[in-house]
Amino acid sequence: MTEPEHKAGWFGEFGGQYAPETLKEALDELWSAYQRYSEDRGFQSTLSSLLRDYAGRPTPLYFASNLSKKLGGAQIYLKREDLVHGGAHKMNNAVGQALLAKVMGKTRIIAETGAGQHGVATAMAAALLGIKAEIYMGTHDMARQRLNVYRMKLLGAQVHPVESGSKTLKDAINEALRDWITNVRTTYYLLGSVVGPHPYPTIVRDLQSVIGKEIRTQSEKQIGRLPDTIVACVGGGSNAMGTFAPFISNTEVQLVGVQAGGQGLEKGMHAAPLIAGLPGVLQGMRTMVLQDDYGQIQTTHSIAAGLDYSGVGPQHAYLKAIGRAKYETATDEEAVAAFMELCRLEGIIPALESSHAVAYVIKHAPEAPKDSVMVVTLSGRGDKDVESVAAFRGEIL
Amino acid sequence: MTSSRAFSDGKRALIAYLMGGDPNPSLCYDAALSVIEGGADALELGIPFSDPIADGPTIQAASVRALSAGTKPADVLELARELTKNVRVPIYVMTYLNPILRMGLPAFARAASTSGVTGVIVPDLPIELSDEWLVAARAQSLETVFLVSPATTSSRIDRIVEKCSGFVYLVSVYGVTGERSSLPDYTQEFVSRVKNRVTIPVALGFGISRPETVKQAIKLGVDGVIVGSALVSRLANSEGESALDELRSYTRELKAATLIA
Repeated sequence: MTEPEHKAGWFGEFGGQYAPETLKEALDELWSAYQRYSEDRGFQSTLSSLLRDYAGRPTPLYFASNLSKKLGGAQIYLKREDLVHGGAHKMNNAVGQALLAKVMGKTRIIAETGAGQHGVATAMAAALLGIKAEIYMGTHDMARQRLNVYRMKLLGAQVHPVESGSKTLKDAINEALRDWITNVRTTYYLLGSVVGPHPYPTIVRDLQSVIGKEIRTQSEKQIGRLPDTIVACVGGGSNAMGTFAPFISNTEVQLVGVQAGGQGLEKGMHAAPLIAGLPGVLQGMRTMVLQDDYGQIQTTHSIAAGLDYSGVGPQHAYLKAIGRAKYETATDEEAVAAFMELCRLEGIIPALESSHAVAYVIKHAPEAPKDSVMVVTLSGRGDKDVESVAAFRGEIL
Repeated sequence: MTSSRAFSDGKRALIAYLMGGDPNPSLCYDAALSVIEGGADALELGIPFSDPIADGPTIQAASVRALSAGTKPADVLELARELTKNVRVPIYVMTYLNPILRMGLPAFARAASTSGVTGVIVPDLPIELSDEWLVAARAQSLETVFLVSPATTSSRIDRIVEKCSGFVYLVSVYGVTGERSSLPDYTQEFVSRVKNRVTIPVALGFGISRPETVKQAIKLGVDGVIVGSALVSRLANSEGESALDELRSYTRELKAATLIA
């Protein structure tokens, strides 16, 4: 709305810091600490070591030869974030922010989680660094991702069930924000996606950009050039933002984000604010939001808990507005079909979230030239999703 | 009507918060009359929102009830319009930003003003991003009340107060809305820090739910207290006439507690 006083935290007309007054100082403190430590050699070298030796980076850029052959078009490469410690790209951000919490002297970390992957990554990083972690999770997500709930508990984190709203990611963020407002003096809020008030969209993007930077280096080495198309799924949008960021100025590289089409856009049972939403203010940011005529935030549906969110990172809203990235949807059904295809053809069980990106590739790779290259970020592994897939397929475990 | 009416002659104002449309529009209207009969000097009406991040469980539940009853932002303004026809206290509207944005800032300001609303409180609108709203509000002679929290630095308090009209809303605690048994020690330092820097009235809210806490707050030197969750939960926990009686008599106790000084 208003002309911003400072450009930091703004992506065109999106982003900003629409936060309750109690959080203002904490957000400022976080921003200055982040700026200081992003140039601190000691901090950066510790973070690099952790990413290499603890998280297991770099992850491979893997040529999916069977899938490429079957589709008969573009050469398809998978960026294997499913191989990161914890099972998803979430660790890239969690370990970076947990380290920041530690040097900022915070004694308690809180986080929200949808699919549970950010909760697990936060619980791991907190255990490693000796900080207490408490995770907010909607009860609907706790039921469908119960293995991740137990993993968090095993790692020593406390999981707080959230009963409000649609009992999914958005509601978990609300509750984490309320906790932070209450305990802001001692607590670090480790947000898991490129959402929320400034500086979170910037911090999380930067920490996840390791994905795109590695894709650059690896594609130059393995195929001798940059890819033609890069595809990633978008819920809050952290794996996609981390994938896209290092390529934004290379306009010859097409960027594609895939949102959750759920049961289809026409039915209204989806999680695609970039396609069906309107600009609004939600959870501290101005972005594209699924809302009704009166500004109430609408509930979402997706088979993938990690995509089940009514808002989206403000930089995605901006990339869409300026036409730099395009955003499409894949339905629950297409995602499950893509999940099965990757299992059978490549022996890789992808997360249901990532399966949405794979679904786009399955749809569009056949029409692309054989010498073109598509990179898909496989944001996580699908071990957590086998129960959901079985239920979707009508099978009893 | 301006805020000055609530704070006139050095009177300590009791500002009563109710969620607009909770539990339904007609009972909400009666509840508002009851708290005013009980002695409330001003009324704050919430516009229900799906994602109220600054609110605790009591107000969240009230939002859910009001939304389930089909309450729209315009209905709350209509409620205010009905009330201002019949009562002589300032009415403030408290709303998160998105419902205002959806209606459009000038349209919302116009509708609020037409309804006789005195001022608007938007907990997720920081001063840095408020210019466009302030233009729309001033054009309709609407007051805009900003919040100040114990975490707010002194220089920032000055900048907030500059944009604030009517009164300054002091958030008594680190936390969200909800009933608390007493004020924490740091509230005293916070209140005096703000009082030293402002000339317009200051009202303390969040967690003030009992006559004892009202007395405690008045002793700290505030010009008014805001009571929300304690009233909202009384309305939620009893039925019909008895809920209204309960609200009226409880407001009377709260009002009496403001008269100690």
